Amino acid sequence: MKVELRNPNRTLEFKGTMSVVALLNRLELNRESVLVIRDGTLVPGDAMLAHEDHIEIRSVISGGHS
Amino acid sequence: MKCRVCREPAVIDLRRHNANFCVEHFLRLCRDQVAKAIAEHYMFSPDDRILIAVSGGKDSLALWDILLGMGYQVDGLYIGLGIGEYSEQSVTYVEKFVKTRDVNLRIIDLPRDYGYDIPSGSRAAKRTPCSACGLSKRHLFDQAATEGNYDVVVTGHNLDDEAAVLLGNTLRWQSDYLGRQKPVLPAGHGFPRKVKPLVRLGEREMAAYCVLTGIDYIVDECPKAVGNKHLGYKEVLNLLEAQSPGSKHDFYAGFLARAVDRFTPSENETIDDRPALSPCTACGAPCSGEVCAFCRLVERATQDVPVKLGPTAKKEPTSL
Repeated sequence: MKVELRNPNRTLEFKGTMSVVALLNRLELNRESVLVIRDGTLVPGDAMLAHEDHIEIRSVISGGHS
Repeated sequence: MKCRVCREPAVIDLRRHNANFCVEHFLRLCRDQVAKAIAEHYMFSPDDRILIAVSGGKDSLALWDILLGMGYQVDGLYIGLGIGEYSEQSVTYVEKFVKTRDVNLRIIDLPRDYGYDIPSGSRAAKRTPCSACGLSKRHLFDQAATEGNYDVVVTGHNLDDEAAVLLGNTLRWQSDYLGRQKPVLPAGHGFPRKVKPLVRLGEREMAAYCVLTGIDYIVDECPKAVGNKHLGYKEVLNLLEAQSPGSKHDFYAGFLARAVDRFTPSENETIDDRPALSPCTACGAPCSGEVCAFCRLVERATQDVPVKLGPTAKKEPTSL
């Protein structure tokens, strides 16, 4: 599966199927800090991602503070 | 995973609620939490004229959408910060949002209207970019609200923002700041009322709201904010949240329920201790000196900076 990440923008490829949580663990990403998006909609932590899926992992953390 | 409400397939798991939600019930949860915050803190009423500060980011656009859906009269104010491509892109998301809705949007552009941008203002005033940005935004929101006779200014600060600020203020025991860290800042001394209706929702929820309702927003982080302390505090809090879901909410809500009043001066102390404010001689905004901090920043950022000449080596005449 193709996995797009931002800041910095990059695309990674993984073989086989795995759950959302397993993918995030593999990428060492905190579930609280990101959303996982497939075909324009969200997928929850236990969803299985297929080999042919195109996934976006979007950081939700933003903001400066004075 | 099934939706806690209807048992249909869920699209999001919210560990702090120990629950999963489908699209319909997640969106309802977001609206209910905003309604609850407005009611709990007496933020505003349906008759009030509301000005929302929008940035093109997820929080302010989602909040504007939610408030409009609830029937409130909400006009928008966007401030162009002159931060290169980031600012050029962020305004397009606000304009796109407005295009499909019957709302008023005012745009103030710092380079066009005041002759400086955040990078140059920050250098000239010897402030961090986030400090120059915050100062500029606060002043211009206050001014726009006063000039436009708005009852209240609404901002998209969410639970993560407030918990991160609270952590920073607590680490340094900034008692003045702690006393003011409430979801409502009342009007007074020439300043408008300011409220934060997203204090019951985290930024993951706000990003999810935008994805599920098709609101496009600027996903990239402000280049001037990257690596700042505030983002570091959020990262630390999310590590705690991952281990103990609900920590951020308990930290902030517990502070509001049991601690904030200990840092808030009583009515009498407030009047006696607050430095007397007088109108800024340049713009008329209330300030404690002759000229307000915003006008000083604009003056420094727009004046010609003399070129400092250092000693130069004498050039030897060159022969042809």
